[in-house]
Amino acid sequence: MSPTDVVSQEQTTPARTKVVNDFSIQVATVNGSGSQTANLVLLRSILLMGIPVSGKNMFPSNIAGLPTWYTIRASKRGYIGRKKEVDFLVAMNPETAKEDTLTLDAGAAVVYDENLKLNALRSDLTFYPVPFDKLVTAVCPDAKLRRLVRNMIYDGVLAKLLGIDMAVMEQALTKQLGKKAKAVTLNQGALKAGWDYAEANFTKQDPFHIERMNETAGKILIEGNSAAAIGCMMAGVTVVAWYPITPSSSLCESLIGYMRKYRIDKETGKATFAIVQAEDEIASLGMVIGAGWAGARAMTATAGPGISLMSEFAGLAYYAETPAVIFDVQRVGPSTGLPTRTAQGDLLSTAFLSHGDTKHILLIPSSVEECYELAMQAFDLSERFQTPIFVMMDLDLGMNNWMSNGFEYPSKPIDRGKLLTTEILKKLGDWGRYKDVDGDGIAYRTIPGDGMPAFFTRGSGHNPKAQYSERPDDYVVNVDRLNRKFETARQHVPGSIVENVKDAKIGIIGYGTSHWAIIECRDQLREETSVSASYLRVRAYPFTEDLVKFIDTHERVYVVEQNRDAQLAMLMRLELSPERCAKLRSVLHYNGLPIDARSVSDDILAQEGFEVAKRVTHASASSMTGGE
Amino acid sequence: MATPIKVNRIGLEPQVYKGGKTTLCAGCGHNAISERIIDAFYEMGVDPKQVVKLSGIGCSSKSPAYFLGSSHGFNAVHGRMPSVGTGAMLANQKLIAIGVSGDGDTGAIGIGQFVHLMRRNLPIIYIIEDNGCYGLTKGQFSPTADLGSKLKNGVVNDLQPIDTCALAIQLGATFVARSFSGDKKQLLSLLKASLSHRGTVMLDVISPCVTFNDHEGSTKSYAYVKEHDDPLEEVSFVPFFEDISVDYDPGTTQEVKMHDGSRLLLKKLEESYDPTDKLAAMRVLHETARRGEFATGIIYIEPDRDDFLRQLNVVDEPLATLPLERTRPGKAALDEIMESLR
Repeated sequence: MSPTDVVSQEQTTPARTKVVNDFSIQVATVNGSGSQTANLVLLRSILLMGIPVSGKNMFPSNIAGLPTWYTIRASKRGYIGRKKEVDFLVAMNPETAKEDTLTLDAGAAVVYDENLKLNALRSDLTFYPVPFDKLVTAVCPDAKLRRLVRNMIYDGVLAKLLGIDMAVMEQALTKQLGKKAKAVTLNQGALKAGWDYAEANFTKQDPFHIERMNETAGKILIEGNSAAAIGCMMAGVTVVAWYPITPSSSLCESLIGYMRKYRIDKETGKATFAIVQAEDEIASLGMVIGAGWAGARAMTATAGPGISLMSEFAGLAYYAETPAVIFDVQRVGPSTGLPTRTAQGDLLSTAFLSHGDTKHILLIPSSVEECYELAMQAFDLSERFQTPIFVMMDLDLGMNNWMSNGFEYPSKPIDRGKLLTTEILKKLGDWGRYKDVDGDGIAYRTIPGDGMPAFFTRGSGHNPKAQYSERPDDYVVNVDRLNRKFETARQHVPGSIVENVKDAKIGIIGYGTSHWAIIECRDQLREETSVSASYLRVRAYPFTEDLVKFIDTHERVYVVEQNRDAQLAMLMRLELSPERCAKLRSVLHYNGLPIDARSVSDDILAQEGFEVAKRVTHASASSMTGGE
Repeated sequence: MATPIKVNRIGLEPQVYKGGKTTLCAGCGHNAISERIIDAFYEMGVDPKQVVKLSGIGCSSKSPAYFLGSSHGFNAVHGRMPSVGTGAMLANQKLIAIGVSGDGDTGAIGIGQFVHLMRRNLPIIYIIEDNGCYGLTKGQFSPTADLGSKLKNGVVNDLQPIDTCALAIQLGATFVARSFSGDKKQLLSLLKASLSHRGTVMLDVISPCVTFNDHEGSTKSYAYVKEHDDPLEEVSFVPFFEDISVDYDPGTTQEVKMHDGSRLLLKKLEESYDPTDKLAAMRVLHETARRGEFATGIIYIEPDRDDFLRQLNVVDEPLATLPLERTRPGKAALDEIMESLR
């Protein structure tokens, strides 16, 4: 029997089944209390123990004071989506501790600050009270630093209770704190204090165990925003303009970090890039368009509110045909409310962003690896098609830590698209900026300073020679060519990833971070009900040809999305026949939390006519109210 | 015998600097400004292939189509030309950018981008063709309309005007001037000096709208502006390529050395006015405005401040055309990043 198999234990009541490397830990703290270091050390320790792991931060729009939850999932089967149920709670926040505890499933374990007296609340949980204040005072004489060190104690307690190797945890701690020797020493003391306290005072009563595996060799932990930033750097980005907005800020901030390290000219000490924090998102895109027009590889990153502001410029870039790369790290709706929660709610508005007849190419990464790869591809496509490319990420992907294979160094040179040269000009004879000479809708462009013929750039009113025109025929010729270009793009955007199951009657279509819930959901369906489901993951708009084929080969197709209005399904309906549309069903998840497999499975099973047990909505979903 | 063809110092004919036929109203001040731009770029021997013409939306913003026909142009969206110009200059700092805006395009919808452009000291010549009204939408007041100025239909403006020059100085622009489309000599000198400046040039040119704002009661009519133009100095410009020694009286004339070695000679008309003194500049703007006059000429100049590209410490070559070897780090860099994430 392998050590990771589930083993029955003969114990006194209640009978417990040992659970190894397959559970989730939720740490509930107060925002701004310095818990991030402790949580990342715990996360990396599990990774270093060889176990697939993921970490998700559910945080408020606040600098300090409001409740925040960090969920770490260990999964021997490699599932790194969110797990709906919390198995192990670390309750550090007096404000939410009671509700966090009351909403746990029976059998869960709770490590908590002993002052909170949570053990009185329920009798079907395992409680481990810890005197955090007392322990931290002993290991940290400087009262001002105690707040930062306090959380490291629960890492020590958990290491002992779950069976995480202390040496591994110290390794993770050193990695996290780097060269700050004093901080490392202080935190090591706190770790040890937690471990020692647990060893001296607790008897292991919960079933959750971490045991070494060998599934994470070579794996990295990275946030999608950083992954996209590395992709931009490797794509040779030279101009970046941005405006801070959650959850996209860290994309540009990590890009700044990488560029300062790797893109400074050795001889002159000067930058091979310009990064500007603009006055707003309108100016960000304006700068990107100006730079793209003048031949630079330029990008910006934003979230939904910024996308709305960029609307007019996006239309101009579509008609003026200037390259631009725009990352949309999607989040929940406008203004205050849920800016720090995840969603896939910008798909429809971005696909048609702006006024008049406009449609844009969208790329949709699901993993950090794809954030890296599609970032590079976005620049190639934007120069090839001379149009804005939107990379549709989301908060879950952009800001959470994901386990991944290391990224591959690009094997191909970049594609700068159709730039007019002397040779091409000679061949063409008569050049027109908007003249379709190849039949693919893409004309040759020139850039200021290249010595080639100049042209005047405008919005919709121009003829193939870029001369001002309000003639009806010129307008129609131009917008029809733009449509032809969009159809050409259909052949060049990344195709769907399809996994057909032989004889499967149902198919699932998903995109973005829903992918992780869907792969786990397919296993649940098969194992719990013997329902097999094929899977198509959309990676781009315009849709590629594989979509129609997939729908045709299944009786019912479930489109899984993290928005209320079934936005991807709506986009699909615009181009599918009525027969194909009739096959579409929707599975929609839109409460601001990352989508989880259980919710998807239950929804599909219910629509398939299975009896689905009513499940309690989890604590974090109901208690995330916070005060202002 | 054929008459010798007239060319400038880089061997180009005047024709090369001309643009398309104007579609603005006959007598529009903007057309006079376009002509001065053509003259200035020709006389300074600027390579039109290196010039980018940018504009927003409005009558003013149509005008880049009417000069420098062999240069690239970009008619952006309303009020947002500064960002497009910024992007273009970031992409290629060897370009010479000239942006044309209007008083509505700058003072209303574009005030945010204008403000931040001035702060950055981007190398660009930013011209406001200022007529105090919206021409293309038929004559509504703009934010530079003076207090008490009257529309054709009798409506009187009772809102404070925005003084774009005062604003630009306060925000950090390094070359701020005001002129009048009817003053050929002054405008030409200012435009030539603009081409010698490395940094933001903010040039507010009062340019009467003959159709909607040239009547009695308007403070931006030809008659009113002619009457109330109050030049601060007589502006002479000596370009770097002309080795001419000019005699002047240092007591009455101030010399300003420009970035490219050209010289500005400012013969004082106002007593003891020093355009390198920010406080004096603000005072003169307030005082002339209070008298209902327009101070014209160089209002403020600071020729030596670092421009935006230098602040960003960007390499000397255009970013747009850097080869991939310089913009894609080697495999070792990616390996190092990956290792740091394990």
